[in-house]
Amino acid sequence: MRNIGTICGKELKAYFASPVAYLLMGLFGLVFGFFFYSAAQFFVNAGVQSQMSGQEQPMSVNEWVIAPLLNNASVVGLFLIPLISMRLFAEEKRSGTIELLMTSPISDWEIILGKWLGAMGMYLCMLAISALDIALLFAWSHPDWRPVATGYLGLILQGGTILAIGTFISTTTKNQIIAGASTFSICLLLWVLSWVSSYNQAGWAQAIAYCSILTHFEPFSRGIVETKDLIFYFSAIFLALFMTSRSLDSLRWRA
Amino acid sequence: MIKVEGLTKRYARHVAVNNISFEVSKGEIVGFLGKNGAGKTTTMRVLTCFLPPSAGAVSVAGFDVLEHPLEVKKRIGYLPETPPVYPEMDVTTYLTFVAKLKGIASNDVAKRVDEACERCAVTNVKNTIIGKLSKGYRQRVGLAQAIIHNPPVLILDEPTSGLDPEQQREARQLIASLAGDHTIILSTHILSEVEHSCSKVVIINAGEIVAVDSVANLHGRRQASETVLIEVTGADSYSVRQRLEQVSGVARVVSRDGRDGTASFEVFGMAEREVRPELARAVVQAGWNLTELRAVGESLEEIFLELTKSESKKETGAVTQ
Repeated sequence: MRNIGTICGKELKAYFASPVAYLLMGLFGLVFGFFFYSAAQFFVNAGVQSQMSGQEQPMSVNEWVIAPLLNNASVVGLFLIPLISMRLFAEEKRSGTIELLMTSPISDWEIILGKWLGAMGMYLCMLAISALDIALLFAWSHPDWRPVATGYLGLILQGGTILAIGTFISTTTKNQIIAGASTFSICLLLWVLSWVSSYNQAGWAQAIAYCSILTHFEPFSRGIVETKDLIFYFSAIFLALFMTSRSLDSLRWRA
Repeated sequence: MIKVEGLTKRYARHVAVNNISFEVSKGEIVGFLGKNGAGKTTTMRVLTCFLPPSAGAVSVAGFDVLEHPLEVKKRIGYLPETPPVYPEMDVTTYLTFVAKLKGIASNDVAKRVDEACERCAVTNVKNTIIGKLSKGYRQRVGLAQAIIHNPPVLILDEPTSGLDPEQQREARQLIASLAGDHTIILSTHILSEVEHSCSKVVIINAGEIVAVDSVANLHGRRQASETVLIEVTGADSYSVRQRLEQVSGVARVVSRDGRDGTASFEVFGMAEREVRPELARAVVQAGWNLTELRAVGESLEEIFLELTKSESKKETGAVTQ
């Protein structure tokens, strides 16, 4: 446990010792801020229009603002998370520090979990920026907090999955750009896999569509936590980290 | 302390290390000598559990590298060829991180970091970002990293490569100061380094060991006969040569390039004969000035070149057959 903490702390420090952390947080804040502004503006306009037309209907902030916002956040995450994970192992392999880690009395799993948790920490810091915007809604309105909580749970699980895939890919190369680009492409592919089910109803198509990481996020943003989605994310994270450990072990044999 | 038996390491197609065996006992400093690509780094990586052996048994302090890698890792301090430092960290942060990795108890960490800094003379740059340190300092930080948990075995891969002569001397002194407490294996292709620091030499060529011996024995190897360097002034080179050849026990005289006005020769004695007193007497009796007279041992360099050369000859012979 202590070793995991040591590695995790080192990774977090590495993000914040370089401009990477501030850049990612800044960019995410900018993009999310714009989404937030647009969604809020849209909501206000729609509210005014419905009043003017005299057909007042109750409008939910959760449904109109928060749910689409969290969906957007998950897509923004898809673009930015590979930037968090790409350096995890690629950088150590390039600089030779991987030799220090692998000749220290710690297990591969401790290295992997430490790194993954460190990257999760970075991701949470990034998500925290979006919470500032959401907090404004709570200050000026009375949205239901539960879908917000489940939405963030979904974002964390989805982010954890992409980070785990990114961690795996990062062990396969010395080049951070290759690691980042491959992670991004694979996650993008995993996202759009759900399209298959819209033009093909066969069993295999459904199975492929099931692997899409974003369709499992959607219910979370509406406040629904389903066991199957939890299982999907947990097993995806486990599978990716397991592949990471295999890949790390193979470094020894392939050298 | 370290026992290697029949170690073979194969990469996809080529054999990096082929069936080598050696032993290192406690407190020894062993120099691993070989050309680039001879298999030094590979052997060290196997010893540190970074790579598994393809065949053979390797144990450190009684623990097998395959069966108890964690126990082996606890007992080894390793400095790879490029110091494994994180350029964005300062020295203290880095050493603290390593100390924790090596399993040092939390309340001991600060003390150990200070000690390691002290021993490797990096205390004055403790708060400097490693990326801004010179190569020499980085190497010392690398060494501090290797000794921080006070391991019984130190494995240093080319600890002086890329340093200027002054830094090399400092690094050698540092390593020498670590001797005694630690069993040290260091690899190098600089021969003088082995002569300075090591008690034992393992010469490795093309993945095979060609010699394991003490430095003194290696020097003594081909010294049944004496070689003497002699320099004489006040006479022409031809007559000096003639005179020297007449001295009893001299087998051969080879003239060397001397400064103007001096006659300089390399004199090879016959086996088991002490020729220096006779030579000196002969020169003085002839009324010339003897300006230099010394025995030259075969340098380690020559021994090394000869050993690795004969080996590669064998190889080419095998190919032509």
